[in-house]
Amino acid sequence: MAYDKFNVLTSTAVPLPIENVDTDQIIPARFLKATERTGFGDNLFRDWRYHPDNSPKEHFVLNNPIYSGKILVGGKNFGSGSSREHAAWAIYDYGFRCVVSSFFADIFRNNCLNIGVLPVQVSAAFLQKIFEAIEASPKAQITVDLPSQTITINDTGASESFEINDYKKDNMLNGYDDIDYLLSMKGEIENFAKDMPL
Amino acid sequence: MSSKKTLFDKVWDAHVVRKIENGPDVLFIDRHLVHEVTSPVAFLGLKNRKSKVLYPDRTFATADHNTPTRNQHLPVKDPLSANQLKALEQNAAEHGIPYWGLGHEKNGIVHVIGPENGITLPGATIVCGDSHTSTHGAFGAIAFGIGTSEVEMVLSSQCIMQPKAKKMRITIDGSLNKAVTPKDVALYIISQLSTSGATGYFVEYAGEVFRNMSMEGRMTVCNLSIEMGARGGMIAPDEKTFAYIKGREYTPKGAAWDTAMEYWKTLRTDDDAVFDKEVVFNGTEIEPMITYGTNPGMGIGISLGIPKAEALEGGVATYKKSLEYMNFHEGDAMLGKKIDFVFLGSCTNGRIEDFRAFAEIVKGRKKADHVTAWLVPGSHRVEEAIKEEGILDILEEAGFELREPGCSACLAMNDDKIPAGKYAVSTSNRNFEGRQGPGARTLLASPLVAAAAAVTGKVTDPRELLQLEIA
Repeated sequence: MAYDKFNVLTSTAVPLPIENVDTDQIIPARFLKATERTGFGDNLFRDWRYHPDNSPKEHFVLNNPIYSGKILVGGKNFGSGSSREHAAWAIYDYGFRCVVSSFFADIFRNNCLNIGVLPVQVSAAFLQKIFEAIEASPKAQITVDLPSQTITINDTGASESFEINDYKKDNMLNGYDDIDYLLSMKGEIENFAKDMPL
Repeated sequence: MSSKKTLFDKVWDAHVVRKIENGPDVLFIDRHLVHEVTSPVAFLGLKNRKSKVLYPDRTFATADHNTPTRNQHLPVKDPLSANQLKALEQNAAEHGIPYWGLGHEKNGIVHVIGPENGITLPGATIVCGDSHTSTHGAFGAIAFGIGTSEVEMVLSSQCIMQPKAKKMRITIDGSLNKAVTPKDVALYIISQLSTSGATGYFVEYAGEVFRNMSMEGRMTVCNLSIEMGARGGMIAPDEKTFAYIKGREYTPKGAAWDTAMEYWKTLRTDDDAVFDKEVVFNGTEIEPMITYGTNPGMGIGISLGIPKAEALEGGVATYKKSLEYMNFHEGDAMLGKKIDFVFLGSCTNGRIEDFRAFAEIVKGRKKADHVTAWLVPGSHRVEEAIKEEGILDILEEAGFELREPGCSACLAMNDDKIPAGKYAVSTSNRNFEGRQGPGARTLLASPLVAAAAAVTGKVTDPRELLQLEIA
């Protein structure tokens, strides 16, 4: 499925300064029973966000109205564990378009790129600056500029560049996806397959 | 730069259809395993594009993640689970994919039935929408978990697009001590490297410890590669590998077997090949392991105490949050902690060897009264073997019952949920918050440690029960 284009995003951000946030926290397994990819945002961080009786846990950041925005900022090793793409869907469905961390788990990073959520990996020091900026002002604006591959804290002007390969960058900028690419080279794949034993 | 290749290089390079400059490789996938939870949206995508499965004969489907482990002959009660199972059955039928659903003799956990049926082969590329696909690396395959978008890619094109991972070799020599199992080796490695220590890498396991391991043990180790962040893990195929796969349904036969064997024998890392990272451990230093926290890297030798926060490099707040969830304290001894549940099973430890190990401890003993034990074979084949080998009798004599195959309490998508606040010693792979049920507290360990806990009702060193000298 082709997805939204991503170019320059300026937004407030939601801080989640916890390390090793695994995909079971992002979306617990019991909510993986849908056969379509919509609606997962309601259960994003379900068990951190709600008590067992479904009342909100006041102290969790998503329940704190002073924080909002399209950027989620997480601690080191974000998205570890299960390969469930539902984690990326939940983040997207909730309204985030970008996740920032000082380190991402591989499969989660891939899943984000494949559905149009931009994972931005920054240095530990810069991550700390972002957390401090949001703490100082929850309305602090962050700018994620994909064409120039930079992330900037608008108030202070502090900025850092981030990595993304040219192919994925082009996909994100244009809303292309890998399946279109693969289907366009089907003949080449079929030729290759002839030499691959079953 | 050396032209010598690692095992990983050899298999990866043989599957690259196209290299994209400054981008990913287009990688051909030999065999694709599909289950009910991560595939429906991929099939939906296929439908929306009016596309079809390119190679149904390279695709295999089973039901395992959300299935009940009791009364599998009855309709699945949970309507959402039933709906997913029905969707997979219909999708498989529509696209001509073999489907081994509930009740089928080949049904079981996807990473248990792949090897059992010879779907898993040396030198193959194998993917599945499940992170523990790394299991199949035990046979010298490149095997890793993918997301649902990638499942759709493989269904429609038999390829995925990923940059080649960096290469890490983990070498462990020295003999393992008694009661130290492959699970302990894996938990030890993860405790040393952390849950992100191998992120970005594909791991090759080398050395005496892995050479001496059974295929089942190698599967357990490769299975847990993802828990240190690795894309996957693999072990060079050897005579044990070939003996295991020979004659299974989907392995090559006759002349094709001979041709394959010639190739498979070349699948080893060249002597001078260079890895991006080399890690070496000493096998004699590993003792039975147990986890005390909320990620698989938080593991210690069972005789040790929970580390103090000040001994850590950073992450103190996260560490304290984790201990708070477990209701454990820094410095606590693990031995003697009371437990409520025991779970034997999963793609990590749901094979016949794991049931043999469990039975070795519980034989002639009784399950502790306050312990609820869920013993879930990885497949019907495993279930059959448990019966044939007389293990079921030992288990029943000791007060245990055997359930039907599936992922079960490993991720608690079905009814097998550990209640909030309860402690479970589990042979599965993840002790994340709520993984085994909302509020559940998981201690990961080997089948031996799980058995020792099941009969004593507390965390117990299995060496005590086996009357082995504790080094």
